[in-house]
Amino acid sequence: MTKKVHLDHVHLLHLLKAMIRIRHFEAKCVELYQAQKILGFLHLYDGEEAVSVGVMEALTQDDAVIATYREHGQALARGVDPKCLMAEMMGKLNGCCRGRGGSMHFFDRARRFYGGNAIVGGGLPLALGVALADKMQRRSTVTACFFGEGAVDEGEFHETLNLAKLWRLPILFVCENNLYSMGMAVERAEADIDFVHKASGYRVAGEKVDGMDVVAVESAARNAIDRIRSENDPYFLECRTYRFRAHSMFDAQLYRSKDEVEAWRKKGPIVRFQTWLEANRLIKPEELAAIEEEVDKEIAAAVAFAEAGGLEPVSEVERFVTMEAVPS
Amino acid sequence: MNTPQANAAATRMTYREACKQALREALLSDSRVFLMGEDIGRYGGCYAVTKGLLEEFGEERIRDTPLSESAFVGAGVGAAMAGMRPIVEIMTVNFSLLALDQILNNAVTIPHMSGGQFAIPLVIRMATGGGRRVGAQHSRSLEGWYAHIPGLRVLTPATVEDARFMLKGALADPNPVIIFEHVMLYNMEGDLPSDMEKVDIAHAKLRRAGRDVSLITYGGSLFKALEAADALAAEGIDAEVIDLRVLRPLDTKTILDSVAKTRRCVIIDEGWRSGSISAEIGMRIAEEAFFELDAPLRRVCSREAPIPYAAHLEDACLPQVATIVAVARELVRPS
Ligand SMILES: Cc1ncc(C[n+]2csc(CCOP(=O)(O)OP(=O)(O)O)c2C)c(N)n1
Ligand SMILES: [Mg+2]
Repeated sequence: MTKKVHLDHVHLLHLLKAMIRIRHFEAKCVELYQAQKILGFLHLYDGEEAVSVGVMEALTQDDAVIATYREHGQALARGVDPKCLMAEMMGKLNGCCRGRGGSMHFFDRARRFYGGNAIVGGGLPLALGVALADKMQRRSTVTACFFGEGAVDEGEFHETLNLAKLWRLPILFVCENNLYSMGMAVERAEADIDFVHKASGYRVAGEKVDGMDVVAVESAARNAIDRIRSENDPYFLECRTYRFRAHSMFDAQLYRSKDEVEAWRKKGPIVRFQTWLEANRLIKPEELAAIEEEVDKEIAAAVAFAEAGGLEPVSEVERFVTMEAVPS
Repeated sequence: MNTPQANAAATRMTYREACKQALREALLSDSRVFLMGEDIGRYGGCYAVTKGLLEEFGEERIRDTPLSESAFVGAGVGAAMAGMRPIVEIMTVNFSLLALDQILNNAVTIPHMSGGQFAIPLVIRMATGGGRRVGAQHSRSLEGWYAHIPGLRVLTPATVEDARFMLKGALADPNPVIIFEHVMLYNMEGDLPSDMEKVDIAHAKLRRAGRDVSLITYGGSLFKALEAADALAAEGIDAEVIDLRVLRPLDTKTILDSVAKTRRCVIIDEGWRSGSISAEIGMRIAEEAFFELDAPLRRVCSREAPIPYAAHLEDACLPQVATIVAVARELVRPS
């Protein structure tokens, strides 16, 4: 019973644009990293765009998102302003977190984006709390919790799935299985590489989806969310994907071959979707050109915004260590 | 102790009962408050603090959790971010180590790292301390560790009035607060003035005034320090006793005022000496009141070993009244 994604022309172009936005945004980030305007860790989402774009399509503005440290795509797909994200990457005061968080720690209260988290598995328990709070406040929302397959090795995953099922919390678990956790191949880390099976160990229903197919992800996420709402239960989505670039900027990629990466690149979410659109005459060359132009304009504006941003005064570094009040 | 005025009515109750009344009041006064923890419901709490609350408030608000410290503490963080006022109970500080990531990397970091977008109004209660012959893994005093962490408020109620009212202050704080309840205090009885409605959660308190030496302590060691002060009084030494109450942020002023008066100081801390809260207090005195001192700073801490089971060994490891007396006497009347 696959739910049909409404595949009208506008929506298809919207999906493509959302993926291209992430890809181009990150390409710009790499440039800025090389120019040493972005420092520290930079975990690119290159290759995994369809996962966030597909899942976020299925969420409403009232739903909540828990992200990972590889969250540029998750944040952009959620609709967080690229300007604030770029400024955050550059450590500027006009960044979404005043430049304090950086690449791995985007937060956006208005979009219920509860943060990138640099502790593998660290966000999973937070999802429990957000979903529980919503449930206790009689909000009928869903909390989407993103994590890499590496997080499945952590105790938090197991504690969280158990509690989510036990307390029947409306959580969509989105496992971004890109086959590696840093250099650790999934079959070298897991006694059982069937993640849906693992989730079923906690009686959390789930399915595998081709994470390189944006329409398939959106469709699966819509079904999952319908199910979460109707059955009053969590759901687990394993999105099979692949990261095309290094884990972070410090990775020599000794653990995989160039051929392997090339083979996956050919199956990339953007090239695949775009080719399909072209083959079915669902996109005109000038429409594609317009998308790319618009996205690049947005990104140029984001960079200009970030460049123009000031720095938080050092005298404020202790501000918000303790809060004066709970923001409303 | 705050001696109630002779004519003011007072209720005698245990520290445990005071903790329970505090929780009950919190649940009654704010619908956003709920409790989570291991065996807090059906079992009634491993120290019987929450006994009866499940029956009164129901399963939605008194949530028995599985053995998943990281998950339910993290759930407390998430729920606090999303509008609730959770009170999480961790059975003892020893088990809080399994939740340390959620406390340190999430609860105290997110407000700052998000540029002030989120506050974490979370209260975590846990038992701490030794003395019950339950061996190393149940006898630690790690509140000093937690006091190292910016963004946390660390409370150590040592009296019935603090057990009764510190929670209210903690819930009004928009930041994560940990309340450490010393295991040897639950059965202690004290008088609670009937007109009392709150206590502050910012200041240390003078529990006994004296001229000759300051005994600075907190939590389960407070009554040892008071007993030591009585013993010293019998020898003609007038000891002052300061109850820190709040290990973070430290009320340095009360400490310095006391030391400026007595010019001698013994810090009593159930934590290990190295890198401890006692070391922090000593250093603050050294930094800010060095020239007020007439004698070297002294400490009575736990011996630097895991707390053993055997009674004589456990007693030897923990601060004891006789040691406090001896150390204070030596400061005032060097042999
Ligand atoms: C608790 C913890 N252990 C180790 C690390 C170091 N580390 C950062 S990312 C990573 C791999 C995580 O892999 P996965 O969850 O699959 O996510 P991916 O990077 O593939 O998106 C590791 C080991 C960490 N950040 N947190
Ligand atoms: Mg991975």
